[in-house]
Amino acid sequence: MCVLATAGCKAPEKPRYTVDTALAEQGRAVIERAGCAACHEIPGVAWPRGRWGPSLAGFGDIGLIAGAVPNTAENLSAFLRNAPAVKPGSTMPPIPITPDEARAAAAYLYGIDDDV
Amino acid sequence: MFDALWGWPPPVLDPAGPYADKVTVLAWVLLALGVIVTAIVCAALWVAIKGPARWKQRLGGESAVWIGGIAFPGVVLTALLFWGLTLTADLTDDITGTEPRIRVTGEMWWFRVQYLDPAGRVVMEDANEIHLPVGQPVVLELRSADVIHNFWVPHLSGKKDMLPGRTNLLRIQADKAGQFGGVCAEYCGGPHALMGFVAIAHQPADYARWQQGRMGRLAQVNATGGPGRQLFMESGCGACHRVAGTEANGLAGPDLTHVGTRATLGAGILPNHRGTLIGWIGDSQGIKPGNRMPSYDTLSAAELTAIAGWLEQQQ
Repeated sequence: MCVLATAGCKAPEKPRYTVDTALAEQGRAVIERAGCAACHEIPGVAWPRGRWGPSLAGFGDIGLIAGAVPNTAENLSAFLRNAPAVKPGSTMPPIPITPDEARAAAAYLYGIDDDV
Repeated sequence: MFDALWGWPPPVLDPAGPYADKVTVLAWVLLALGVIVTAIVCAALWVAIKGPARWKQRLGGESAVWIGGIAFPGVVLTALLFWGLTLTADLTDDITGTEPRIRVTGEMWWFRVQYLDPAGRVVMEDANEIHLPVGQPVVLELRSADVIHNFWVPHLSGKKDMLPGRTNLLRIQADKAGQFGGVCAEYCGGPHALMGFVAIAHQPADYARWQQGRMGRLAQVNATGGPGRQLFMESGCGACHRVAGTEANGLAGPDLTHVGTRATLGAGILPNHRGTLIGWIGDSQGIKPGNRMPSYDTLSAAELTAIAGWLEQQQ
């Protein structure tokens, strides 16, 4: 039983996401340009450090985006562009970025997973 | 505003109009002369330390002092003075009075922008954004409402102080359409580093259309409504902010009549869309600590969204 319990706690063999670092770097530029940090604390973005929305530190570890939809790259890209469509009633409004920009921003958010 | 300071080529060396162009030419010439003089001094130093005896002797003579110490700087500096004054003479040309005139007032920590008619009356008010036509000089009346600020759009002109109790005139001109970042270039307290604006240059036809559109909207009744408008009024936003055609007529903060069209928020520091509007109203102190707008953290997410939605309609 004890063995089983500890085996269950073992860290996964590989990170949940493979991050394209070049895309992630583009994503950071998108995030800075779009002003995401006005509401969210985002590691790697020095200013601003928004407090109004949730902090995005360790975002890669989160299971559900906004507590509602599975945290996959596809869902996240869609959520970044039009959150209310993905999660009805979301406080986060649609953000004026292109699908490519959203994918890049998503790559950046997965890249800041702090325990990989 | 950050594109006023960063980027490649550096904005100070990337003029987009005749007035900035002259300042840039002057800067390059001064830099080149500085390099030449430094090279000459280094060469002379080398001769003095390691050069052949005959050269050392020549360099140590009295004529070297007369030539290198008096004649050379005298001639170069005099020529430079005359050339520099000639080059920049038209920066202070008389103002004809036919130029579009905009009054820009530095406030802690944003820019009040008032478009004037030929008689000097305010016809339209805005904030942190200056629209101008391409290829035409625009005269700015620079003032301050509190402390000393400084108006600077590196792509378009040199810096000019904004002083309390005084009006300084500055001419700017853009020779290409585009958006140019500007900043306050004089430390003015707390969030000074977050006090910026943008200058937007339009082709003359676009400028005329922009102007007509604005004046047309001012002439209409402000019919935008809904819960956002009600919340805006009930929360007391109108005590500091004016929205033409509504009961909001505060003068302390930026005029929000056209806030939905602005490129930036928070005095040139954030892009302007619903997300940043919500973040700014909900927690402006977290974004720009010390600015004079309190964080409206008592408003719920839905209320902020409604207010932001209404502000977006203020075109």
